[in-house]
Amino acid sequence: MTAAPSLELIGFTKRFGAMAALDDVTVKIKAGAFHALLGENGAGKSTLVKCAMGYYAADQGQILLNDHEVEIAHPRQAHELGLGMVYQHFTLVPNMTVLENFVLSRGDLPAVIDWAAERRALKSFFETTPFTVPIDTPVADLAAGQKQKGEILRQLYLKRNLLILDEPTSVLTPDEADEVLTTLKKLTNDGKITIVTITHKFREVNTYCDAVTVLRRGQLIGTRPTSELDNDMMAEMMVGRRETRTVVEREARAPGKAVLKLEGLSVADNVGQLAVEDLKLDIRAGEIVGIAGVSGNGQRELVEALAGQRDAEAGRMLVHGEVYTATRPEMVRHRIACLPEEPLRNACVADMSVAENIALRSFDQPPSSSTGVWLKRGPMRETARKLIEAYKVKTPGPDAAIRGLSGGNVQRAVLARELSSEGDLLIVANPCFGLDFAAVAEIRARIFQARNRGAAVLLVSEDLDEILQLSDRIVVMFDGKLALETDAASADVGAIGRAMAGH
Amino acid sequence: MDGSDIGFWGVPLAMLAGAIRVSTPFIFVSLGECLTERSGRINLGLEGTLMMGAMSAYGTALLSGSPWLGVLVAAGVGLMLGTLHAVLCQLPKVNDIATGIGLMLFGTGLAFFLGKPYIQPKAPNLGALDLGGWSSIPQVQQALQVNPLFIFGILLAFALAWALKNTRWGLIVRLAGESVDAALAIGASVARVRLLATAVGGAFAGIGGAFLSLYYPGSWNEGLSSGQGLMAVALVIFARWDPIRCLWASLLFGAAGAISPALQSVGVTQGYYLFSAAPYVLTLALMIATCSPARSVRGAPGELGAVK
Repeated sequence: MTAAPSLELIGFTKRFGAMAALDDVTVKIKAGAFHALLGENGAGKSTLVKCAMGYYAADQGQILLNDHEVEIAHPRQAHELGLGMVYQHFTLVPNMTVLENFVLSRGDLPAVIDWAAERRALKSFFETTPFTVPIDTPVADLAAGQKQKGEILRQLYLKRNLLILDEPTSVLTPDEADEVLTTLKKLTNDGKITIVTITHKFREVNTYCDAVTVLRRGQLIGTRPTSELDNDMMAEMMVGRRETRTVVEREARAPGKAVLKLEGLSVADNVGQLAVEDLKLDIRAGEIVGIAGVSGNGQRELVEALAGQRDAEAGRMLVHGEVYTATRPEMVRHRIACLPEEPLRNACVADMSVAENIALRSFDQPPSSSTGVWLKRGPMRETARKLIEAYKVKTPGPDAAIRGLSGGNVQRAVLARELSSEGDLLIVANPCFGLDFAAVAEIRARIFQARNRGAAVLLVSEDLDEILQLSDRIVVMFDGKLALETDAASADVGAIGRAMAGH
Repeated sequence: MDGSDIGFWGVPLAMLAGAIRVSTPFIFVSLGECLTERSGRINLGLEGTLMMGAMSAYGTALLSGSPWLGVLVAAGVGLMLGTLHAVLCQLPKVNDIATGIGLMLFGTGLAFFLGKPYIQPKAPNLGALDLGGWSSIPQVQQALQVNPLFIFGILLAFALAWALKNTRWGLIVRLAGESVDAALAIGASVARVRLLATAVGGAFAGIGGAFLSLYYPGSWNEGLSSGQGLMAVALVIFARWDPIRCLWASLLFGAAGAISPALQSVGVTQGYYLFSAAPYVLTLALMIATCSPARSVRGAPGELGAVK
């Protein structure tokens, strides 16, 4: 493996239409550094690294690799120069084994592949790495943490010596993240690779990174050694001076009667295996129960079963003591509201207007329709207009297609629809995924208001901070089962982390 | 026992014979579709390719006197139809399902139109290898008359399975079918890979057509294929995109197709047409059993839109 290179990105500017995603940004990354790129959503971090990797053509900008100017117009050129990228999403091909994935991505294949020799070569390579993944397992069968390790191992296998990581630990448990990052840290210390990592997690920046570059709205705020910074300074660089997040008072209230009861619920996943197994859980009025866990441990299937998108294999769900099968009349009767993850896909019709999407729960009831047959556009639009204002949905108007709204505004529109009926039970999954600071604070406040009002809230989230901040009671899901149940007030974060990792 | 009356043993024997005889077009079409789908594209037009292959093979054999030249021409016609499908699909906003159905109708229609003069005359047959010489029972001897194309089909299935796993081309075909991004990352041209896979898949289907008109049933008429090309497409899903399983599934379909004539030969005439429908019923049953709205089929190529 050749020595770690230094990288300089000089004067990068990139416009998408009228908006400048990057405005004259210059970053210098030292050889062998573990360099963090910090910033809110939309700050331009991803755009910057994608320009460096040749996915986007920058409008302006110069790249120096080891002080020599290089031209990178295509990802393959970046790869040839030893630059590699690990994404937030997985790029290993699910239907192929780890070995096939690794060998294929090398790109210089002989006409007939000698699998025995390749397997030996990969095995001996894995003897030099601090963690490994099973060689002959199809990637589809690997857990999320293993997949991410595989992604990183593949970059090392391809002898890339400058790695760009885009939120590499978002799919890992804290322990797994530490394992991966410690290894990478060691490789940088040995001068073998240089790492640029995009992250939101201050803990990781403090523990592993040498230097931090902060971007805000496409502008460079500054590059500083980590040793000169503390969390407050980093946060201020990231968000600038603005009002801090709204914290809603937690009204002390004794939880009421159980609104939702899960009795031995089992749900199968897309390939027919049980993703949720024999789940028993009560959610009472006026409490938020947070389900923590690394993604892929059955949370998605649980929410889909509750939302009526998936049938249960066994067990039953009770709402207000009655059997609940997630039909529309039951949802209306029991006043159930649901904010699933990826709302544009799971809770909206993308090509319908904002007003129509807001009316999806109530379009056949007064005032949108007096008979349930003919729809009245006027009242429907009027209701939508009021909710758009109340929930500060940024849209060109009630008749604009919801597809055109930003993620945060789709989330607000769905939240407006679901919370406007003052439901008794609110089911929320990853409500703040991919949203910026301001939107996150507002959406969390709305959820909290629902709880203070007396609604039972089931909050499923991969963001442990969110669970800790909002929940009255925390349960951890691992491999489709409840691994831990604890009061939020007396929660031990270490125990939660261990339960998330299955210990 | 005089060797000619074997009673109800005739039924399984006839089904075996049927599996050998009837399955060959299924093998070729399903292998062609398997290759095409592994590259990330669906070609529903193989029914049309099958008919064009049958017609052109028959015409060539009739005019040239050489049935094997007919097979070659059928493969060439299949290659061209496959290429046509691939090129159409690469145009912007073109849907491969719609194009496939269009080409299916086009292929069958063109075959009927061009094939009119060949309905009556008798073209030379491909002939068969007698592998049943060791037996004194005529039914066994007859069942084991094996056409070389059947053997070629079996070899092709194993060759395709090996190539998809062990060759650069095979892996790149699979990569194009699983993830366009990953294929682009190693610099493979997805469009070119799919073009070649679709064209070669069409050639396979053309050979299947040649078998229909030149060996069994061994004549050219408009009802020759009776939907076998479409059934073969369904069969690929049942076989989970694996060439070896395509082979077994084709044999199963062939055997199902032979139930009806086999029963008739031992004197069961009731429900003849009902038993004739066995392959279609089998197709339907398999599709219901293997497809579900709640689950995606395991093994499906990632880029294959219609099975997601």
